[in-house]
Amino acid sequence: MSILSTGAGELLAQLNRGEITSVELTQACLNQISQNDMNVGAFLHIDQDYALEQAKAVDNKRAAGESVGPLAGIPVAVKDVVCHKGQPCTCGSKYLKDFIPPYSATSIEKLQAADAVLLGRTNMDEFAMGSSTENSAFQKTHNPWKQDYAPGGSSGGSAAAVGSRMAPLAVGSDTGGSIRQPASFCGVVGMKPTYGRVSRYGLVAFASSLDQIGPFGTDVTGTAALLQALSGHDPLDSTSINKPTPDLLADLNQPLEGLKIGVVKEFQADGIDEDVISATDEAINVYRSLGAEIKDVSLPHARYGVATYYIIAPAEASSNLSRYDGIHYGHRAEEFKDLTDMYRQTREEGFGPEVKRRIMMGTYTLSAGYIDAYYVKALKVRRLIRNDYDDAFQEVDFIASPACPTPAFKIGELINDPLAMYLSDMFTLGANLAGIPGISIPAGMSSEGLPIGLQLLGPPLEEARLLRAARMFEQATDWHQKVPELVAQ
Amino acid sequence: MLSEDDIHKVAELARLNLSEQQISELRPQLSKLIDYVAVLEEVDTDEVEPMVHAIEQTNVFRDDIRSPPLPREGALANAPKTDGKYFLVPQIIEH
Repeated sequence: MSILSTGAGELLAQLNRGEITSVELTQACLNQISQNDMNVGAFLHIDQDYALEQAKAVDNKRAAGESVGPLAGIPVAVKDVVCHKGQPCTCGSKYLKDFIPPYSATSIEKLQAADAVLLGRTNMDEFAMGSSTENSAFQKTHNPWKQDYAPGGSSGGSAAAVGSRMAPLAVGSDTGGSIRQPASFCGVVGMKPTYGRVSRYGLVAFASSLDQIGPFGTDVTGTAALLQALSGHDPLDSTSINKPTPDLLADLNQPLEGLKIGVVKEFQADGIDEDVISATDEAINVYRSLGAEIKDVSLPHARYGVATYYIIAPAEASSNLSRYDGIHYGHRAEEFKDLTDMYRQTREEGFGPEVKRRIMMGTYTLSAGYIDAYYVKALKVRRLIRNDYDDAFQEVDFIASPACPTPAFKIGELINDPLAMYLSDMFTLGANLAGIPGISIPAGMSSEGLPIGLQLLGPPLEEARLLRAARMFEQATDWHQKVPELVAQ
Repeated sequence: MLSEDDIHKVAELARLNLSEQQISELRPQLSKLIDYVAVLEEVDTDEVEPMVHAIEQTNVFRDDIRSPPLPREGALANAPKTDGKYFLVPQIIEH
């Protein structure tokens, strides 16, 4: 097996045993990028020298017998929405084309403390708004399995980088499914932790009550190791959870006994792809064969999820994005009449169509006369959605469903139909509204040869058990070992 | 269907200069979304408290300890216009 087709967990073990060096691994990733990224478009920014410098430093530390961090020497790609001091952070927006953050996000500092190699910055939908990465102001990202298909979004660059084995691990952010949906489309593992598990300090805000940073990986073990490194209370983010992070790796290989998995009646709706339905059924059968009890559960308000989300997320976005005023950082229009016109023209020039659409939607639902009917109403339904999950988790340990109603769609297929695009988040956004953790794992292939992901959702703070459940599936199947053609075996 | 006037009003609140073409595209798109989200009307929420945040914490206190602020050059480094000390903005008050 080549270094690139080796899973992230095994790569970490080989680094630790001294069987491979970080320079070898990093160079292999850089080669994979230089040979294929012109066709995939996963990365917005790569600094080869900086990547190799970090790799060399870790190898030297190891050679000198110094203690090294838990991610020592493994390359990690980072979505271009997490500030890294001195590196570009465009958020896929023309507005922040030249923005160089003067400080690093807590996540970046944690990755550095863990001795990870920060490989490069990945493409995304502008300000993380989208489900296909087509809303990037800079480039399209292509699905590594089939180039005319989208990689999903908004963390499409991170998912495509891992899917095409340009990086064994990557960081993304998930506001309504932006890690789990592209993970499903690209055939990799992607996880959204419990809200507050990972600090949002230095994550450029989209919808603050829903945003959460999380890991992508070529396997569950690597994903768990990355999440472990990212997690923890941060005094700089007052919404981060002030509780110790459990050890996510200690019992990872130990199967869960007496597992109860819920299947949601309300998720069995029209419009779900046949291949997705059969892959999900087969995945549930795998759990059954591993001794799990499968139970029907009800989420009576699930059908209101998309509407609730597409009120709350744009409302928060319209408020958060008011910071882009042409004064403190980023773009400023050259020609304008007065101060107010400077704001208007700067924002008109700096933002793309989807960002404007969401700002308009959010401004409308927050405006006088409409706020109670839309925004406050959505917050109330949000509580009912959360209560549904709480009730369901009285009955079962986890909820299994497709990550997405379809495999990857074609680039251009949904871009002019915002509502259809939003509906592709129908299975994922409930976890953001409720604040619960969720993971997508490779669980099948469509007849067209595109990956299909299984989503598992768990109760708040149950990441360790959720990862163990995912690992059980991984140990029983080989979907995670399938790689697209552009990965040399 | 939202009127053209509605779109103009919201664009003004959102501080966005929109072209006539953008407005004619946004009108049906936003109207469709507004119609879609109206489905929430059928949910009885009379006795339900709004849920503002996923993890409901209140009063997160910390000790009042001084720490070094972001240096001025760092804060100004990305600004479109500065004089090296301050952010420069267009004239706000008429003489």
